[in-house]
Amino acid sequence: MNLFFGTVYTLWLREVKRFMRNKSRLIGSMAMPALFLVVLGSGFSGVFRYQSDVSYVEFIGPGIVAMSLLFSSMFGGLNVLWDKQFGFLKEILVAPVSRTGIMAGKTLGTVTTSMVKAGVFLVALLALRLVRPDPAGVLMSLIFMFLISASFTSLGIAFASQMKDPHGFQLIMNFLIMPVFFLSGALFPLDGQPQWLTLLTHLNPLTYGVDGMRYALGASHAFSPTLSMGALVLFWACATVVGTVLFGRMAA
Amino acid sequence: MSISLTTQDTATIAVRSLSKDFGRIKALADVSLVIGKGELFGLLGPNGAGKTTLISILSTILPPSRGEALVCGWNVATQQEAVRRSIGVVFQDPSLDTELTGEENLDFHGRLYGLDTLTRRNRVNEVLALVDLEERRHDLVNTYSGGMRRRLEIARGLMHQPQVLFLDEPTLGLDPQTRRRIWNYIRSLKDSFGMTIILTTHYMEEADQLCSRIAIIDSGVIVGLGSPDELKSTLGGDVLELAVTRPTEEFVQSLRSHPSVRSVLLQNGSLMLTVDDGESFLPRTFDLAHDMGIRISGVSVRKPNLEDVFIKMTGREIRDEGIKEPRERMRIYRWGMRK
Repeated sequence: MNLFFGTVYTLWLREVKRFMRNKSRLIGSMAMPALFLVVLGSGFSGVFRYQSDVSYVEFIGPGIVAMSLLFSSMFGGLNVLWDKQFGFLKEILVAPVSRTGIMAGKTLGTVTTSMVKAGVFLVALLALRLVRPDPAGVLMSLIFMFLISASFTSLGIAFASQMKDPHGFQLIMNFLIMPVFFLSGALFPLDGQPQWLTLLTHLNPLTYGVDGMRYALGASHAFSPTLSMGALVLFWACATVVGTVLFGRMAA
Repeated sequence: MSISLTTQDTATIAVRSLSKDFGRIKALADVSLVIGKGELFGLLGPNGAGKTTLISILSTILPPSRGEALVCGWNVATQQEAVRRSIGVVFQDPSLDTELTGEENLDFHGRLYGLDTLTRRNRVNEVLALVDLEERRHDLVNTYSGGMRRRLEIARGLMHQPQVLFLDEPTLGLDPQTRRRIWNYIRSLKDSFGMTIILTTHYMEEADQLCSRIAIIDSGVIVGLGSPDELKSTLGGDVLELAVTRPTEEFVQSLRSHPSVRSVLLQNGSLMLTVDDGESFLPRTFDLAHDMGIRISGVSVRKPNLEDVFIKMTGREIRDEGIKEPRERMRIYRWGMRK
């Protein structure tokens, strides 16, 4: 058991060290969410009339935090493929440690770095008074952030274990990450949409993450927080199981 | 366990009828091998012979298709964690995290193998000193040269003081100077730690200089096994190379029928003879050639080396990486047959 936590900590430490060292990658990964927040936020502010007292930039704030989490978590998980490409995965897989420990450490490391990045946006939103949560709401939003990040990191690892090399990244980006983001209700309200769109958004696990974040941060929301939390926990459990099983079978 | 090798208790590695198939390709076919404690054992063979496959199975990265293998008494297929705990592996391909420093790579490894903080600190210092990388310990690995990376990988393999160390092509692509330095490290490991070391190589002189015993592998089969001297002595006395402008079948036949000639091989326009006593036989070849009107334009007499052993065992040179033209291969096979 001690060795298990040792493995988790070792893998976590590696992710955090690499993260702190690479400033350019950090800035690069924050550019897109920042762009969405600033440009979309101001660009659509004139035409957005959802609720009279909510500006568009206020509306998309929680969704942009979720976007940052989605992107960095998925890519963090898919980074297993770079370890494979550069041979480092062999070093890990030939060590006398369990695959589950490796998976848990890798996931927690990526969750940590993803939450730091998303946390920067959250702090910015708080500082600009774009969201006005109470202290309990902040705590709750951290729980939602953790669940979003952990789920999509596991999903990224699951996909990585099925791919041979990093060339499929673009495919995952276009056919998974972008649709999940656009269909999450991060950019538009969930109610009053055509039926097909409503169906798709309600099937998307990120929708519940975004809506839960909205609730926690004191913004308008569509679902009850219990439903959002329940759906997200279920997705997290499934993603963890699938990721752990597939990573356990991954060949070096 | 059903293994019936009598040396099972003393053997560090016992391989019995091991096979590995990749689809229709047989990477290893019925390999059996016993390696004792403290041996510096070499697996010699051309690229694609099955050396890396064997190392991968012994280090639990690949499961065997058939047969079994024990490392330190543990079965590689069913007791993977115990096997992993007792081995260190230096892979053929780079496997360092280049975004970490040399020291961090070693520390990471020590943590994975459950070493405590103090032990890790001591071992990091020890192994860095062993491979002369103390001054670069705080530099990121992506600033290291190829030779330095290789040395760091060897150092990492030693961090947890394994009973068995696998080195897959440890000097591949390195300059001669670095290669000699790595040879010296490997020798000192065996001498000072009594470690069992298994290395693969396709460099003849590497196997010859370093290893106490060698298995020659070709197409997944062990074709020769023994100390370098034993292997060379199977060829007998001397190797005689004759540069002949146009060797005739008749000339080759007459050489082959001579009682002191053990084998005759045609290699790139020159004839390679293994004979009992090269110096006394040399004048006879000139006589024979003269009688048949054949001109010998060059000659050399030397002691056999592992390359000659390899050629004799497999009928081709180890440097050949592609598949030979079928016609040429047939010719060598025909001419290379024992009389």
